[in-house]
Amino acid sequence: MSRYFRAGVVALLLAFGGQVLAIDTEAAFDDPVLQHRYEQINRELRCLVCQNQTIADSNATLAQDLRREVREMITAGKTDDEIRVFMIERYGDFVLYRPRMTAQNFLLWAAPVLLLLIAAAVLYRVIRRRGQETDIEAEGPEAGQS
Amino acid sequence: MLKLKFIVPLLLFVALGIFLFVGLYRDPRYVPSPLIGKPAPEFTLPSLQDANYPVSSKELLGQPWVLNVWGTWCGGCRQEHDTLLAIAAQRSVPLVGLNWKDDNIAAQQWLAQLGNPYAVVAEDREGRTAIDWGVYGAPETFLIGPDGTVLYKHIAPMTMEVWNKEFLPRIEAARATAGSKS
Repeated sequence: MSRYFRAGVVALLLAFGGQVLAIDTEAAFDDPVLQHRYEQINRELRCLVCQNQTIADSNATLAQDLRREVREMITAGKTDDEIRVFMIERYGDFVLYRPRMTAQNFLLWAAPVLLLLIAAAVLYRVIRRRGQETDIEAEGPEAGQS
Repeated sequence: MLKLKFIVPLLLFVALGIFLFVGLYRDPRYVPSPLIGKPAPEFTLPSLQDANYPVSSKELLGQPWVLNVWGTWCGGCRQEHDTLLAIAAQRSVPLVGLNWKDDNIAAQQWLAQLGNPYAVVAEDREGRTAIDWGVYGAPETFLIGPDGTVLYKHIAPMTMEVWNKEFLPRIEAARATAGSKS
């Protein structure tokens, strides 16, 4: 078996493996745009029974029911945001895989920027002090000895 | 200056340690309900025993009541059943059952065999009311105040400890405030 053959098999498995894993066997919508939105939203909502899966990944009855709700809301012409709000009102922010910024978790969002600023400030001070120290050394009476 | 350099990282480390330590004992399966303090979602569903007789949440207004979400497929529900019977025997509040995505006949048999703690049981075959209430794992038990707000939610089999510690004081408090208003 050549390397190329094996690589080809792997590529094929990667290309079509995802479809084998799909839970929804039939498309929910004939319209590909709506179908895409449906799949997109399902991938952002947590299945609370099986907490580390989205409702797109899970075949728990609750996930099935929530997919049905999403499907019906899309059919009813609801926007993605309206669907998210529907879920948050019932299950809380935990239902979102892509969390919103709220007063409660603001610090979490701000932390990377804050830490970067603090690190930059520390770095600046260290560099400046080093600079001053070498200046002093250079001007000192023992200059040239070290 | 040297002291600060030493103390600040130490404090940060201790704070982080406290957070992680507390985190060890938190149950990730417990998701706080966003419904607490909000109006309870309304429902009108067929009664489990007689589909012609609808159960409506509106009829329960004016008194504290308890909604217990259960199903015959749910092991925890079997576990809490005797506790529910004991609570029902106290006759403190109406215990309303929400039979969640269940088989009607199996559910009726369950109640006939094990005893029926419920004043009334609403049948949520499609699970829509359960979604409105943010139910994700039976058994779940809600306490609703006389004004129709959700006062408390317990996720897991009901125990007498939880009932005495979390439910009864809230029921008494709700009755006291409702009584003082009227």
